[in-house]
Amino acid sequence: MKQSEFDTVVVGAGHAGCEAAFAAARMGCKTALVSLKVTDIGTLSCNPAMGGLGKGHLVKEIDALDGVMGRLSDLSGIQFRLLNRRKGPAVRGPRAQIDRALYKRNAVNFLQVQENLSFLEGEVVDLIQSNHSVRGIRLADGSEIRAPKTILTTGTFLKGIIHIGDRSMEAGRLGDKASVRLGDRLRDYGLSFGRLKTGTPPRLNSNTINWNILEMQPGDADPAMLSFMNRAPVVDQVSCGITHTNEKTHSIIRDNLDRSAMYGGMIDGVGPRYCPSIEDKVVRFAEKESHQIFLEPEGLTSQTVYPNGISTSLPEEVQFDYVRSIVGLEDVEILQPGYAVEYDYVDPRGLNRDLSLRDIEGLHLAGQINGTTGYEEAAAQGLVAGLACAAWVQGKAPLGLDRRNSYIGVMIDDLIVRGVSEPYRMFTSRAENRLLLRSDNADQRLTPLGRKAGCVEERRWRAFSEKARQIDGINEILSNLSVSPQAALKAGITVAKDGKKRTGRELLAFPDVGLSELTKVAPDLCGFPAQITEQAENDAVYLHYIERQEKHNTSLQSDYAVKIPEAFDYNVVPGLSGELTEKLTKARPGSLGEMSNIEGITPAAMTAVLLQIKRNSIKDAV
Amino acid sequence: MTEDTIFALASAPGKSGVAVIRISGPNAFDGSSKLCKLPKAGQHRLRNIFALDGILLDQALVLAFPEGSSFTGEEVVELQTHGSPAVVSAVLSSLDQIDGFRPAEAGEFTRRALSNGRLNLSQVEGLADLLEAETEHQRKIALRVFSGEFSELADTWRIKLIRSRALIEATLDFSDEEVPVDVMPEVRELVGSVRGQIEEVLSFSGMSEQVKNGFEVAIVGPPNAGKSSLINAITGRMVAIVSDQAGTTRDILEVKYDLEGIPITLFDTAGIRESVDTVEKLGVELAISRAENADLRIFLRSDPADEINIQNQDGDLEYLSKGDLFPDKARISAKTGKGLDLLLTDLRSALASRIPPSVTTIRSRQQGALRKALGSLDLIEGIQDPEIIAIEIQNAVNKLSFAIGVHCIESVLDDVFSSFCIGK
Repeated sequence: MKQSEFDTVVVGAGHAGCEAAFAAARMGCKTALVSLKVTDIGTLSCNPAMGGLGKGHLVKEIDALDGVMGRLSDLSGIQFRLLNRRKGPAVRGPRAQIDRALYKRNAVNFLQVQENLSFLEGEVVDLIQSNHSVRGIRLADGSEIRAPKTILTTGTFLKGIIHIGDRSMEAGRLGDKASVRLGDRLRDYGLSFGRLKTGTPPRLNSNTINWNILEMQPGDADPAMLSFMNRAPVVDQVSCGITHTNEKTHSIIRDNLDRSAMYGGMIDGVGPRYCPSIEDKVVRFAEKESHQIFLEPEGLTSQTVYPNGISTSLPEEVQFDYVRSIVGLEDVEILQPGYAVEYDYVDPRGLNRDLSLRDIEGLHLAGQINGTTGYEEAAAQGLVAGLACAAWVQGKAPLGLDRRNSYIGVMIDDLIVRGVSEPYRMFTSRAENRLLLRSDNADQRLTPLGRKAGCVEERRWRAFSEKARQIDGINEILSNLSVSPQAALKAGITVAKDGKKRTGRELLAFPDVGLSELTKVAPDLCGFPAQITEQAENDAVYLHYIERQEKHNTSLQSDYAVKIPEAFDYNVVPGLSGELTEKLTKARPGSLGEMSNIEGITPAAMTAVLLQIKRNSIKDAV
Repeated sequence: MTEDTIFALASAPGKSGVAVIRISGPNAFDGSSKLCKLPKAGQHRLRNIFALDGILLDQALVLAFPEGSSFTGEEVVELQTHGSPAVVSAVLSSLDQIDGFRPAEAGEFTRRALSNGRLNLSQVEGLADLLEAETEHQRKIALRVFSGEFSELADTWRIKLIRSRALIEATLDFSDEEVPVDVMPEVRELVGSVRGQIEEVLSFSGMSEQVKNGFEVAIVGPPNAGKSSLINAITGRMVAIVSDQAGTTRDILEVKYDLEGIPITLFDTAGIRESVDTVEKLGVELAISRAENADLRIFLRSDPADEINIQNQDGDLEYLSKGDLFPDKARISAKTGKGLDLLLTDLRSALASRIPPSVTTIRSRQQGALRKALGSLDLIEGIQDPEIIAIEIQNAVNKLSFAIGVHCIESVLDDVFSSFCIGK
C-alpha cells in the first residue's frame, strides 16, 4: 500500500483549501494539497469577481497575512472598482472582476514555486482514524496520506444535489462526484448538520449579446488593488454590461413557478436572502417592475458571460425564454443552464476557534462546509485553519485574531458562537469596530501579528516595514505640529478663533481638511507617497470616534477577558433561566466577552456565570 | 486600564431609616468631592450633600475607603443618607452627572470585588445567593417597566431604531445593489421621533422632580382648628423624612413624609391671623401665599361656619375636626385617631392621580440611560457620515437595552432583506 507522510494534509483545492495549504507551507510545514485534478485549483465556481463590501476587507486581511488571494486577484483582475469610494474610508471595499482561467493558471504557478507544498491528485474517500484522532486520509486507489493535521475544505460536496427544474442529480458542482462516504464519517463524529442551498444563473455566450445597446460600466480610473504588494493591474481591463429584467421576463417566470425546483418543493435547504433567485425576486418583490442584471465577462479570452442577478432553478427551456426577453439578450445563446445546489453543512458551533472539531483531534473544517458562502469567507477560514495546524505542528502560539482586530475574527466568532441560519456572508455591519477595521489599514493591524506567527515572508515584511516607517514619520510630524487658529486660518483652514493650538491630527479630523492643506503650515509633510498620506487622512477622519470606542473597549476588557472553561456546566449556575442555560450550553462561548455577544444575555446573567467560574476555581484550588 | 466609576443604592430600595449609596472606582474620591467635602480616607464624617448646582440635598454620614481596603478593593465612598426615595433619587441623579460615573450594573460591585480578590469561598457562596435575589429583584423591576404604556413605547423605539440602522446599512453594505440612494431624510425623521418620545418620557420624570421633591400639602384653618395636633397625629403614623425643621418663617411648621411612596411636605400655617406687627404681618402674607401655591390644601375647621381667607382649589380636601368632642360621624380626631386613615387614603389618591403613570416605572438609573441615549441621538443632528450615524444609533440602542433589549446585527439585516430586493 502506497503511503506518504506530511505535517498537514488539505482536502479540496478551492479557495479555502488553497489558502490553508499555502499558509501551512509558508509557515514551513510539509503540506499536501489533495484534489481530484490539478485544474481544480482556485476555481471561481460562482461569479467571476473577488472582494467587494465586507469581502474586500477579508481579502485585504488575508493579504496582510501574506495569503495568496489578493495577489492572485491582482494578477488576474480585468476590472477594479472601489465600492463606496465616495463614502467614508471604513466602508470602502475594493472589488475586482476576475479572469477565471488566468486565476487558475496563476494559482498553479504559485503552487509550483511554493516551498513545502505538494499537490496530490486523487479522490479522497475516507479519513484515517485512530482512537479519537484523525491521522490523515485514504484515497480511492487505496493509498494513504498520513499527517497529524487534516483540513477538510470540501465545499458543497456533502450530499450535494443539483437541481435544474424538475431534474436533479447527485453532485457537488457540475461534473464532479459527491463525497458521500466522507459525510458519513463526519456524521459518526456526532457533528450536527443543516441543509443550505445556493443558486447560479445560466452562463451566456458573449458573442451573442448585443453589447452596443447596453449601458457599460468601466473600472475605476484609479484602480484600488486587492493586495498591499501591488499598485496597478497587469492585464487588459474590460467593462461590464448592465441590463434589466422587464414585465415580460417576470410573467414568463410567474407562469412557470411550479416548474422551479425551489418553488416546486424539491428543495428543503435555506438559501441566502441577499442572493435570491430570480423566482424569489419576482415573487417577494412583486411590485418591482424590473431587476438589474450585471453582465460580467468571465475573462479576456473566454466567451462566457455571467449574468449576475438572475440565478435560477427553472427548467432549461424556461431559462431560455426568460433570458431572451431581456434587452440586449434577444438572440443570446445559453452555454450552461443555471442550477440550484443543495448541500449539507456542519453546524460551526461544534468547532473550536481554530476550526478544529471539539471531540476529535487532528481534524479542521474550513470554507463552505461550515455554512458560509463566498470565496473570501472560505479563504479566510482556510487561512485560519492552515495557520493553526502549522502552529500546532511547530509548537507555536496560535495567531490571535478576534472581533477587535479583524473581520476574520468577527467571522470566526459569529460562526462558532452564533452559528448560521442561512449561508453566512460578511457585511461591514457585522463588525462592531467597523471604524477601526478598515481595508486600508489591514496590514497595520495584522502583518506584524503574522510576522510574529511566522506566516509573513521576507519580501512583504520589508515592504511593510518601509511603509510603517513612513507612517510613523508622518504621524510624528502630525502630532508634533502645533497650529494656532491664526496660522490655520492663514492656510485656509477654518477653525474657531479660540486661541487653542491644534495638532496636525486634530486639524485633519476637520471635514474638508486634507494633507495638502496642512502642507502650507508644515512643509515637511510634502513628499510622502499617496498611500501614506491617504492612510494618515483616513486615520484622522474617525479620530474622535476611535478614541471613544477604544475607551469603551478597555472599560469592558477586564470582565470580558475572563475565560469560560470548555467543560463549564451552565446547569448549576444559580439564577440563570432555563432558556439562557440552553442557549449557552449550545453556544459554548469561550469568554465572557463572547458570551456578551449572544442575543438575550443580560449583565446579571454574566455576573452569575462569573461567580460560578470563581467558585469553581476556588474549589479546584482547595 | 481605566474602569468607570460606578454607583448604586446599596441598601434595599424603598423607604427606610437610612439609605446607603455606594460609589466605587478609580474616580470615586475625586468625583464624589463634587457633592460633598470628603473625610480623610479611612474616616467618616457628617456632611452636607449638594447637587452639582449647589442645592442642598441632604445631610449624610460620608465614609471614604481607600483603594485596597474597601469592599470592592477600589476607592469607595459611601453616603448614608436619609432613607427617603426622594433624597436617594436626587443624590443618584447628581452622581450620574459626574464625568466618568455611571450606574452600576446588577452585581457589578460583587464582580469587581471578585476581580480584585476581595472575597473568599464562603463569601462567594453567600453572594451567589444574594445575587440570585438581586436577579430576581431585577426581573421584577424589568417586569414593572415592561408592563403598560412604557413597554409599548419602548417597542416602537426598538422598531424605529432598527429601521433607521437598516436604511443606513442598506446604503453602506449594498450600495452596488438597487437600494435607495438618499435614506437620510427618513433616518432623521425616525431618529427625531424617537428623540421626541424619549424627551417626553424624561419630561414626565422632570415633572417627577416635583414628585421627587415631594408634593407640598398645606393644612389651613382658623386658629385652634387642631392643625398642629393633626400634623402630630400624622407624624405618629408615617415615617418622617426629615425631623421637625424650622420653616421659612418661624410660623410655618414643616414636616416631610413618605406617604406610601409619595413624598409630601406637610405644613401648618399656624400664623394666619390678624396681626399689627409688620414683621409678623409679612410672615402671615408669606404663609398665605405659600398655602395658596401648595399642591393641595387640607381645610380643617372645628365649626363648619368658620371662614378661611384662602381659596379652595380643585382637588383640595376638607374635614371637620375634634371628632372626639362632637358625636357626628364625619368628623376626624387627632386625639383618638378617628378618620385619620380615611384622610390619608384620600390624600394619597388625590396626589397619586397627579403623577403621570409612566413616572412610577422609570427609575433614576433608567432615566440616566434615557438621557445618555438621547445624547447619542442628539449628536446625529450634526453628523453627515452614515457610518458614524450608525454608531450613534447603536450607542443609543446599547443605552436603551434595559428597555428594548440588545439587538444584534441580524435584526437589522432582517429588515434590510425584507425591505429591499438585494442580490444583483
